Amino acid sequence: MNQEHIVIIGNGIAGVTLARHIRKNSNKRITLISAESEHFFSRTALMYVYMGHMKWNHLKPYEDHFWKKNRIELKKAYVEEVQTQNNQLLLNSGETFQYDKLVIATGSKPNKFGWPGQDLPQVQGLYSKQDLEKLEKNAPNNQICKRAVIVGGGLIGIELAEMLRTRNIPVTFLVREKSFWSNVLPLEESEMLNKHILEHGIDLRLNTNLKSIEADKHGNVKSIIIEETGEQIDCNVVGLTAGVSPNIDFLKNSSIETNHGVLVNQNLQTNIQHIYAIGDCAEQRNPTGNRPPIEAVWYTGRMMGETLAQSLTGNPSNYKPGNWFNSAKFFDVEYQTYGWVFPKPKKGHSDFYWKATIENKCIHMHFETESRKFTGINTFGIRMRHEKFDAWLNQEKSIDYVIEHLKEANFDPEFFKKYENEIFDVYKKKLLN
Amino acid sequence: MSTAHNISVTGQAAENLGPQQKLSIALGMLGLLILVLAFLNVSFQPKIVWLSVSLTLIFTGIVWYTKASYANKFAGIKNNHIFFNSLTNRGIWAYALGILITGFYVVLYFYPSYLGLVNNGENTGIVALFDPFSKLLSGNPASQWFVYGTLYTIAILGFGIKFLWKYRNNNYQRLRTFSVMFFQLGFAFLIPEFMARLNGEKFSLPYYNLVNIWPLNYYNFEQYRVDDFISAGTIGVSLLIFGIASIFIITPILTYKYGKRWYCSWVCGCGGLAETAGDSFRHLSNKSTSAWKLERWMIHLVTVFVVIMTTAVISTYLGYDAEKYWLTKDVFLIGVGLVLTIVVGLTFIFKRHEFKKDAKYAGIGFFLIILALIGLHFSGNTQQFAFVEAETLRSSYGFLIGSIFSGVVGTGFYPIFGNRVWCRFGCPMAAILGFQQRLFSKFRITTNGGQCISCGNCSTYCEMGIDVRAYAQKGENIVRSSCVGCGICASVCPRGVLKLENDSPQGRINSKEILLGNDVDLMNYVNKN
Ligand SMILES: Cc1cc2nc3c(=O)[nH]c(=O)nc-3n(C[C@H](O)[C@H](O)[C@H](O)COP(=O)(O)OP(=O)(O)OC[C@H]3O[C@@H](n4cnc5c(N)ncnc54)[C@H](O)[C@@H]3O)c2cc1C
Ligand code: SF4
Ligand code: SF4
Repeated sequence: MNQEHIVIIGNGIAGVTLARHIRKNSNKRITLISAESEHFFSRTALMYVYMGHMKWNHLKPYEDHFWKKNRIELKKAYVEEVQTQNNQLLLNSGETFQYDKLVIATGSKPNKFGWPGQDLPQVQGLYSKQDLEKLEKNAPNNQICKRAVIVGGGLIGIELAEMLRTRNIPVTFLVREKSFWSNVLPLEESEMLNKHILEHGIDLRLNTNLKSIEADKHGNVKSIIIEETGEQIDCNVVGLTAGVSPNIDFLKNSSIETNHGVLVNQNLQTNIQHIYAIGDCAEQRNPTGNRPPIEAVWYTGRMMGETLAQSLTGNPSNYKPGNWFNSAKFFDVEYQTYGWVFPKPKKGHSDFYWKATIENKCIHMHFETESRKFTGINTFGIRMRHEKFDAWLNQEKSIDYVIEHLKEANFDPEFFKKYENEIFDVYKKKLLN
Repeated sequence: MSTAHNISVTGQAAENLGPQQKLSIALGMLGLLILVLAFLNVSFQPKIVWLSVSLTLIFTGIVWYTKASYANKFAGIKNNHIFFNSLTNRGIWAYALGILITGFYVVLYFYPSYLGLVNNGENTGIVALFDPFSKLLSGNPASQWFVYGTLYTIAILGFGIKFLWKYRNNNYQRLRTFSVMFFQLGFAFLIPEFMARLNGEKFSLPYYNLVNIWPLNYYNFEQYRVDDFISAGTIGVSLLIFGIASIFIITPILTYKYGKRWYCSWVCGCGGLAETAGDSFRHLSNKSTSAWKLERWMIHLVTVFVVIMTTAVISTYLGYDAEKYWLTKDVFLIGVGLVLTIVVGLTFIFKRHEFKKDAKYAGIGFFLIILALIGLHFSGNTQQFAFVEAETLRSSYGFLIGSIFSGVVGTGFYPIFGNRVWCRFGCPMAAILGFQQRLFSKFRITTNGGQCISCGNCSTYCEMGIDVRAYAQKGENIVRSSCVGCGICASVCPRGVLKLENDSPQGRINSKEILLGNDVDLMNYVNKN
């Protein structure tokens, strides 16, 4: 019997998870198409290659023989167009490619906001393998790149700053907000990070926007100009890390319905029956709970892949992710979050904040003021157990319960200093006041 | 890339190798130079002064270098530029260092006379330089092994300090490093030397490092040692009993509670050197599944080899010297057979459902040993063991495994294959502990729900070549016989995904299809199937 042919555009975490799970549950024919790299690699680890912690091969979560062994066909090509009327793709080679079912998992691309000079050769984002190669060329050392300016204070921006610092390249970091990542973090954490960024020798400019990027007479980046002050900063490389948006320009002329991303229902289906979208590029018509319609993180890409694989192999499932969680690392400070902590507690919510006296360690919890129901935690410098917090959130435990049982959630390595007693004491004191 | 030829071990870019670092390297080299000159028969007088100067220079060089590299940096992971440096990325300097160490081991094991060892007479060369120090400790002149032991200890202490500084943000790393430094200095180096001091006409103990346990210490039960133990009265017999209890009682208990790490990363001298001096090469281990396959074959074959060899050697001397020992050859052989049958029997009864690959190798090994035992028992020949001379077995084990594998390849190839080649592919002790760790232990590396981002830091820096990420990204705990519990994977993980812990054996192995964080009903549905 001829097996149904599932074609997945994009070999990122979303597409690959999907392919793996379809294979586990079925014998369908699977093709993964990507123009970026032959084999799946971990985008989240791009920084470690530039810093010399790893080589390119270390980024590949599966050995090269994995794909053949699991009968997942790989095709290196760029999809120019999706022709939904006759179920085929137009590839950059001019070739067409047939599918029975199509999954769009094309991820994101760095935002550009129309700044003058944004297309100069030394202006770049940090998203793809090609971006990494470009950075290696643009900023191999501090002779060729005497200073870099990073525009946009998010997770990728700070990673880029850390990367450049390992090559002793001076970095100016332009952040539009009043404090680093303060559109996501409460001010306490955000200010702690400002300090940490400064300590790592970065010229952090808060409340600062980019006006333009200037070129020298050879058409190379020579400086940037700041919107607010008009100050000119000499530099050789500009990193654009002001967020990402779905990488779906190639769908413009298709009949697939899009907004910022590819619009999907809860079952991850687009407006066209045999076409689905997952990962960074998908936009939920009806997002779950507090989740934004477009979730551009690793975990959600994976979860959408897991879910869609079920639907495509006979177990129709909706994308209904559980409790929100995320993590990151800011230079030497690790961050994890479970549930929701907003920059300011939402209406009817309160917060509890604790910070260790010396190190970069703190926790921040939000809870419903009235019912005392625990709703989320940010933890910096103390690792916590996902399983515990997930259970506590599901069981709607109170903040008091969580603080009292915090020890059970500790995930730091053995022999690390424990802070739960101190946290408990601080909590009691605050409660009494 | 401009930093391609940088010999710095810390991973700083070449242009950053500050004057302090350069000076400290020069200082250490000066200390080494004295040893090289002694090797070339330059006579230093007074020896004790020159030796002290040399060792102090080496040690100070290492510590100073450490300070210059880490003191003015933030605590945290220090792997910058590791893969750009020639020395730590299999460049020309790595090969040069590899050849140098390999050469040293070849001379040490096979041509000690080049080092100046003179069996009946005054030592010369580098061994002579160590004579006064050896006399100070044990009362005897130095041997090549004393020279080696001293340098080995200096390496563990010096690079141990470097490790302590590098991982100063991590108490697990610090404590276990203090521990290996302590066991090397005390148990492996000083105590045996002091014990030798007690030896006299009537009372003589063999050189005994209490924490060097059979089968790593493959010669522990050879006749000359057993004779010495027995003739040394209560102390000797206690030591002999301790040696036997170490592998049959103490080791299983500790491994059950803590995993094999209690030995491999906290006590063992081979592990100690690998973790300290070898730390800069840990990322060079091969992570491929084919390497894993090779590992399982090699390490189990070596284990079978050491069991057969030891049984043969013991049964031989029990056989021809029957009146001297209360244990007869037959009783001994039946005993070995019985112990093996019990071990394998229990494993099969309690763990059959966990058997996949492990079983095959264990089964084959067990079968071979039993066959050999039967052959030996019925052959009636006291010298032969399954048609091979016990002495041949002993000497080929000593040569192939004891010298070539654990020394020349195991350490000499640090800069090429990583720092735990011996521990991973060759050590029979690791095989036995690993077998137990996999099947009967509370130890595991817990994966933190769905937090893994598949970055690969853990796999890259696992010195045992375990593809940690393969488990973590599936939300599965890591329960692997080869894991030495160094904890580096957990240290380098940027997302706090891994935790080494001892917990109840239930639910230790927890493979999942769908990770924590997704729809609860879906997880329940899929993970049950
Ligand atoms: C530097 C960096 C660090 C990050 N760190 C984290 C982190 O720590 N935690 C976290 O949760 N998230 C992190 N993220 C975000 C995370 O990596 C993304 O959310 C995730 O990789 C998205 O996966 P995806 O499968 O949806 O798409 P992608 O991984 O982007 O894969 C899409 C693939 O499709 C290809 N493609 C696109 N269009 C076409 C076409 N027309 N034809 C053919 N191929 C096409 C692309 O080239 C790409 O290879 C990070 C991202 C970056 C860039
Ligand atoms: S798995 Fe982790 S703890 Fe075990 S040996 Fe590898 S790095 Fe060390
Ligand atoms: S280092 Fe941590 S996040 Fe990275 S692959 Fe390993 S477990 Fe996952």
